[in-house]
Parts: sequence; C-alpha cells; structure tokens
Amino acid sequence: MVKPTGEAAIHARGITRDFQAGQSTIRVLHGIDTEIRAGEMTFVVGESGSGKTTLISIMCGILWPTDGEVKVFGNDIYSLSDSDLVNFRLQNIGFIFQQYNLIPSIDVAANAAVPLIAQGMPIDKARARAKVLLDKLNIGDQADKLPNQLSGGQQQRVAIARALVHEPRLVVCDEPTAALDASSGRRVMDLLREVAVAPDRACIIVTHDNRIFDLADRILVLEDGRVTHDGTDMPHDH
Amino acid sequence: MLWIAIRMLTGDAQKFYGLLFGIAFSTLLITQQLTIFVNLIERGASGVFNAPEAEIWVMDPVSRTTDVKYEMPSTALDEVRSVRGVEWAVPHLRAAASVRTSTGDLEGVAIIGVDDATLIGLPRNMLEGDKNVLSRPDSVIIDDVGVTNMFADGTDPIGQRLELNDQRAVIRGVADSIPAFTSQVVLYTKYTNALNYVPGSRNRLSFVLAGVSEGQDAATVAARIEEQTGLKAETRDEFAQAGIDFIIQNTGIPTNFGITVALGFIVGVAIVGLTFSLFIRDNIKQFGALKAIGVTNSKIVRMVGAQALLVGSVGYALGVLGTAGFMYAFSAVPQFKGFYIPWQIPLVSLVAVVLILALTGWLALRSVLNTEPASVFR
Ligand SMILES: Nc1ncnc2c1ncn2[C@@H]1O[C@H](COP(=O)(O)OP(=O)(O)OP(=O)(O)O)[C@@H](O)[C@H]1O
Ligand SMILES: [Mg+2]
Repeated sequence: MVKPTGEAAIHARGITRDFQAGQSTIRVLHGIDTEIRAGEMTFVVGESGSGKTTLISIMCGILWPTDGEVKVFGNDIYSLSDSDLVNFRLQNIGFIFQQYNLIPSIDVAANAAVPLIAQGMPIDKARARAKVLLDKLNIGDQADKLPNQLSGGQQQRVAIARALVHEPRLVVCDEPTAALDASSGRRVMDLLREVAVAPDRACIIVTHDNRIFDLADRILVLEDGRVTHDGTDMPHDH
Repeated sequence: MLWIAIRMLTGDAQKFYGLLFGIAFSTLLITQQLTIFVNLIERGASGVFNAPEAEIWVMDPVSRTTDVKYEMPSTALDEVRSVRGVEWAVPHLRAAASVRTSTGDLEGVAIIGVDDATLIGLPRNMLEGDKNVLSRPDSVIIDDVGVTNMFADGTDPIGQRLELNDQRAVIRGVADSIPAFTSQVVLYTKYTNALNYVPGSRNRLSFVLAGVSEGQDAATVAARIEEQTGLKAETRDEFAQAGIDFIIQNTGIPTNFGITVALGFIVGVAIVGLTFSLFIRDNIKQFGALKAIGVTNSKIVRMVGAQALLVGSVGYALGVLGTAGFMYAFSAVPQFKGFYIPWQIPLVSLVAVVLILALTGWLALRSVLNTEPASVFR
C-alpha cells in the first residue's frame, strides 16, 4: 500500500446540509469535521440515507453546504465564483458515477478524453492521451468502439479513464461497482487502485460493497449524517 | 465541445432525422404556401402585366381593376390624347363572352380588343403565329392557358373555328401570357373586331392605354389626365397593385393561406419542440455529467446552440430545395405558369425556423441549465 503522505487534500469543517422536504427541513449532515489525505484511498460507507452521497458531493464542489467550509488543496471552494468553481472542478477533480454516464454516440477514446476536450485540447491530441490510459486499463483495443458495445465492467473502466485523463488531484466515486457483478466489480476496483492512487492524489469512494473494503486505506463510517468511525479498518460491529 | 454536441445529436439518428424533418416540413409548408399565395394574388394583376407597353391606364372613375370596370364613351380617347405629356393613347376593350367550340362545349371567355393600328394591348411574345395575323378578318389570338383549357391534348389550336357570341372567329395565333386569376380563356382581337363580337350599348371603351413623352413622369402625367378629363388614371404599378388588392380584399385566399402558414409554424414547433425535448431528456444524465466534470452553463448553451444551428440550417435547406423542386416539377402546368419564389419568402421562412428553434431550444435548454450537477450522483 502507498504510504499516506499525511498532506490534507480536503479539509472539511462543520459541514451541515439541510434539505427541504415539503414544509419541513431535514438535516442530512450534522456538522461534519474531517480530512481526506492525498496518497490514500478513502472509503465512505454507511447505511442507505446516511448522507454519503451528500457528503462527497459537497467535498467535490457540486453541492453547496448549508453551513461549513470545504478547502480542497487549500482552496476554499465555496467562496469561488460559480464559473471559477466549475473551472476548479475541470482542472482538479475526476468523477466516477454509478451509471458511468458515458456519451453513447462518441467512441470510447473520445469519451475518456472528455475532460481534456472540455479544457480546450484538440480532439486528436486528447484522444491520444486517453488511449494511453485505456491501454493501462486493458481496454486499449476497444478505443474505437461505441460505449454500448462494451460490457458494464469495460464501460466503468472507460469512466475511470475519463476520471483520470486530466490527472486530477482528487478523484471521487459514488458506488462505482454497484452496477457490476462481483467479479467485474472486484477487477474494476483493483485497476482503480492501481491507476488512481498516487502520492499527490486523493481518492474518495462511496460504497456499500463490503467485498472490496480490504482495498481501503481508510474507512469513514457515516450514520445519520455523523461520522461514527474513522480508521484503517471497518469497526467490528459492521 | 461543439464537436461532441454535434456527435451527440447526429448519433441519435431517429431524433436527428425527426428534427430535420420537422424543420424541413415547416420550411417547405411555409415557403411553398407563401410562394403559391404571392404568385396567385399577383395573377390579379395579370391583365396589366399582359399589356406591357401601357404606362398609364385611364378608366371611368368607378372602375377598379382590369376586370371590374365601367365603360366610357369613345370620346375619352381624344380627351386623353390632348393631355400634355401623353405621347400616345390607344383604346382597349375588355369584355366577357361565351364561345361554342367545335365539339359543342360552351365556355366563358374574356375578349380583349387591342388597338387596330399598333396592336398595343397584346402580350409581348407569341408562342405560335405572328401578331399581324389579327389583320386577317375574324382573327383571334388565344392565350396559352386557353389552349389547354379548350382543346384536348395535342390538338393544334391554329385554324380552329369558334362561335363567339354567335359570330365566326378563327384562332390564328397563341400568345405567351400570364394566366388570369381565374385561369379563364382569353381571346385577343382587334378593337374594331371586338366591337362586333361584344353586343353593345353606346359606351364600349373599357380603358385608354397611354404612354408618356420622353422625360415625363408617369405619375405626374396620370395626375394631369385625372385633373383635365375627370377620368381615373393610374400608372402601371398602381393599377397592378389595385388588381392584387382586389383579390386580397374580396377572396378568402389570404385567410386560407394564412391558416396553412400558421399550421406549418405550429406543426414545426410541435415536432421540433417534442423531439428536441426528448433528445435533451435522453441526454440529461450526460449533460449533468458534463456539468459536474466542469462544463459551464454558457458552454452548454453553445452546445445546444450548435445542435440547433445544424438542424436548422440543414432542415431549412431541405425545405427550400423541396419548394424549388415542387415549383420546378409543376412549372409545366399552365396554372402554375411563371410562378417564382420571391426572395422575401425564404427569408420569412428562415425567420420562422429561427423562431421555432429559439423557442424549442430555449424550452429544452431550461431543463439542462436547471439540472444540478449534484444530480449525477443520484
Ligand atoms: N436533493 C435532495 N432533496 C431532498 N432530500 C435529499 C436530496 N438529496 C438527498 N436527500 C436526502 O438526504 C438523505 C441522505 O441522502 P444521500 O443520498 O446522501 O444518502 P446516501 O448515504 O448516499 O444513500 P444511498 O446509500 O442510498 O445512496 C436522504 O434521506 C435523502 O432523502
Ligand atoms: Mg448515495
């Protein structure tokens, strides 16, 4: 395992988030204080509805907290202007979604190259860069196919390539294996560990999948919007 | 990103062609219907266009168009000739008559009596025969629509005998003329001859056609004629417009075509709006992912704008080409003779297309812009 550098990639202080549900307001996160360190793969686990997705959405700059402060690599992201925040994500964050969300009508290499294209890189150059990564993920031979010609596991590997192609310093994944069977889920996670973890990169993974807990450097357990465990292993009562 | 936007759109063949069809269909309907409308109402001025030499039309003050007129005494001709600035003036007779063909059919025709000496009042060109055939007794020249209306395919009209208000007439030429609004058969003959064909009372002179002297302005001379003779005098353009206005005011044509054009627009909005919204809805996850990854709303607007531009320009081109193809295909039909697409009409349908896309694109865009990037994790 990569030794944690100890450098804080994300500083979260007093994160609170309320949602409006009809007349009433529901507090989903109750003042969470935590740090995510670079060089580590941090798992966020907890029961459905405990606030995992809400927490990582706030930590990666796509959901405003009701209260609290998030610093990503020293940047107080919610004090940025809207367009600066969008640009910050484009430069620094890679996303992996449960449903892959690949664009069906462009080929695999172009899909993996989307962040570079969005940054303004010419298509050919961006595709070439993406192909290098697809090779690493053992799907280089699929580069010219359309996403729906690939298996679920292969599509999720394309999504991993897309999340890493622009060498972001933070990678966030929400249930990356939920749509995959056990063995392809495992293979995808092994690969993700191999390519995503780097000394200067933090990696947060939300998961239910206890078969992959052994891949975590650190596990945060959320219960009803509070962190109830923070350690290198799962607590015994889980 | 625009490349991605275009591929997103063209990659979904069903919706892409749906959108193209919607735009092309609207364009076709609007362009084609407006074209037919404009050409049809211009037929209200065909009588004026078919007498190209006349710069001024002089008539009884109650006359309104070439067909809605009240006859003047023959002395009107000399009065017009005496007005300063009038270079020449000739008599012009227009009357309805019925003709019995050799097969026994009865057909309503328009008789036009042109000046005996100058033949002013005839269309510029002949399709068959020479204008001078009118100097032979009982000669008439028929217009080309009349040939198709009166004779079976392949029958040579030249030499055909007609019974015109129970008098003998022989067709000796075919004029290349713009059909009347009603596509009625038109027979041209000499003025004096026409007086014989049309049973008459005292006043038989329908119009006096006049030309102005070198350096004179037609409108000024017309005003002078009115002042001096008490008759009504209109320039060629004014009188043509009067014929068009008459059709607009007295037929249901503008309403009918207006309804069709509005339908074309509404159908366009409906098809394009639905398809566009479906397309956006199908891709909302992808757009959400792009927003999370770091594509700004203004870039998303440009992406959807590029999609609209592609659909709009290709669909519009297809629609206009379709109209041109339609016009070409029907150009041989006499009723469509001389139909053209005025340049303003493609411009009008372009505006309609832009409106359709702006409206539907904006509706579809709203859902993308309102999508929270955080929704991609749900
Ligand atoms: N946009 C929203 N509007 C209202 N309530 C929301 C919204 N998003 C989340 N919630 C509520 O917040 C709570 C936590 O949701 P969250 O998605 O963070 O849970 P989770 O731990 O990710 O659950 P799961 O494991 O099922 O994905 C839930 O009760 C949910 O209903
Ligand atoms: Mg969740």
